[in-house]
Amino acid sequence: MKTTRRDFLTTAATAAGAAATGNMAHAQDHESGHSHSHQVVPSDPALRVKSLESLLVEKGLVDRPALDALIDMYEHKVGPRNGAQVVARAWVDPAYKQLLLADADKAIAELGYGGMQGEHMVVIENTPAVHNMVVCTLCSCYPWPVLGLPPVWYKSAPYRSRSVIDPRGVLREFGLEVSEDVEVRVWDSTSEVRYLVLPERPSGTEGLSEAALAALVTRDSMIGVAKALPRREGGAA
Amino acid sequence: MNGVHDMGGMQDMGPVQNEKNEPMFHHPWEGRMFAMYRATGAWRKWNIDAARYARELIPPADYLRMSYYEKWYESLLSLMIARSLVTRAEIDSGRPAHGSRKLTPPLTTKEMLDSVAKGAPARRDVPVPPRFQAGQRIRARNINPVGHTRLPRYARGKVGTIDRDYGVFVFPDTNAQFLGENPQHVYAVRFSARELWGEQAKPQDTVYLSMWDDYLEPA
Repeated sequence: MKTTRRDFLTTAATAAGAAATGNMAHAQDHESGHSHSHQVVPSDPALRVKSLESLLVEKGLVDRPALDALIDMYEHKVGPRNGAQVVARAWVDPAYKQLLLADADKAIAELGYGGMQGEHMVVIENTPAVHNMVVCTLCSCYPWPVLGLPPVWYKSAPYRSRSVIDPRGVLREFGLEVSEDVEVRVWDSTSEVRYLVLPERPSGTEGLSEAALAALVTRDSMIGVAKALPRREGGAA
Repeated sequence: MNGVHDMGGMQDMGPVQNEKNEPMFHHPWEGRMFAMYRATGAWRKWNIDAARYARELIPPADYLRMSYYEKWYESLLSLMIARSLVTRAEIDSGRPAHGSRKLTPPLTTKEMLDSVAKGAPARRDVPVPPRFQAGQRIRARNINPVGHTRLPRYARGKVGTIDRDYGVFVFPDTNAQFLGENPQHVYAVRFSARELWGEQAKPQDTVYLSMWDDYLEPA
């Protein structure tokens, strides 16, 4: 069987990592003053997390109903539909758009959104001359109040590594070819500022209601790896 | 730290895999992990920068192998142990140490939801003068700190232009190690893709980074 270059690199990385693990375990033991043994902890993440949760509840460090409420909130209440409403409002209301680009926190709060991981929002506008896309090369920074929690690909090594060096190649993988006369502008979320892309309003949508327009605004279009849907593909169009 | 988390510009990580109709959490334990991270953070034994640093300290091979919430698990353990919320023995046994007193969680349901709605702003209303102005040419400093930093390797030593001043923010490099907030101006800084990556980049393309005063010097 042919060994690919990636297989070879994985093996090499694991060997290098084993040495590094030894050093790190030592450093952590030194700090915590405890021996570093994983033997008793189950290897299945589901079991390990369950065991951790019971420990934290028993110690009175966390409140289980509060955990349930937080999960429910991000599974059912916060998500890209929030951002889509912001975008649709900006498309139909020039004064709102002006405020959104000048003071995103204020404009987004007008629609009732804000809070954790969206405390300092900046909205960047796509135009015929500029295509914006957002990444966090260092971790996973993402505007939770308007987009929810980030998808796995946004947090993954391929996206984080390549967006800044080969943005056009990454966009092509999302099915978006950006023409040569357009500036691709990548925003690396290195501070607590969080970015929302204001995609271009699709053509032929002049008569649509704000709700119908919001249905054309996808999560990916607000990260900047896609355009808003054309009229025929929008759910409510 | 020049760790593997600092991924900008690395190559050969494979294609981006965009899952259709992706669930918010792929397994129930991921949601529990997410919620526990927030709930334990309310004890204020660490800050967001220390939490990021804890993830960066995961050994490189593990960092690349682990799923996102596995990294959260590992880093939360190291934070809680380092800041004495739990002991390694308690993690291993799954039970509180004998004779330990049961505490009262700081966040019940209402307080948890209120805290999310309120957020945790990193902007500071203190009169710190900016060192740079919009339009000014700067060079990102060539520094290689072994601690936490938000200055990615790919931008170090590169020349860019201040696009705008975002205001005064907590400085992660010191905050992550509990050495103070050291608030200072953060700017959007514009770099041409060619400055960062050479001739292979399109001349019209750009990369914007948020950068603190301490990362910059006049060009």
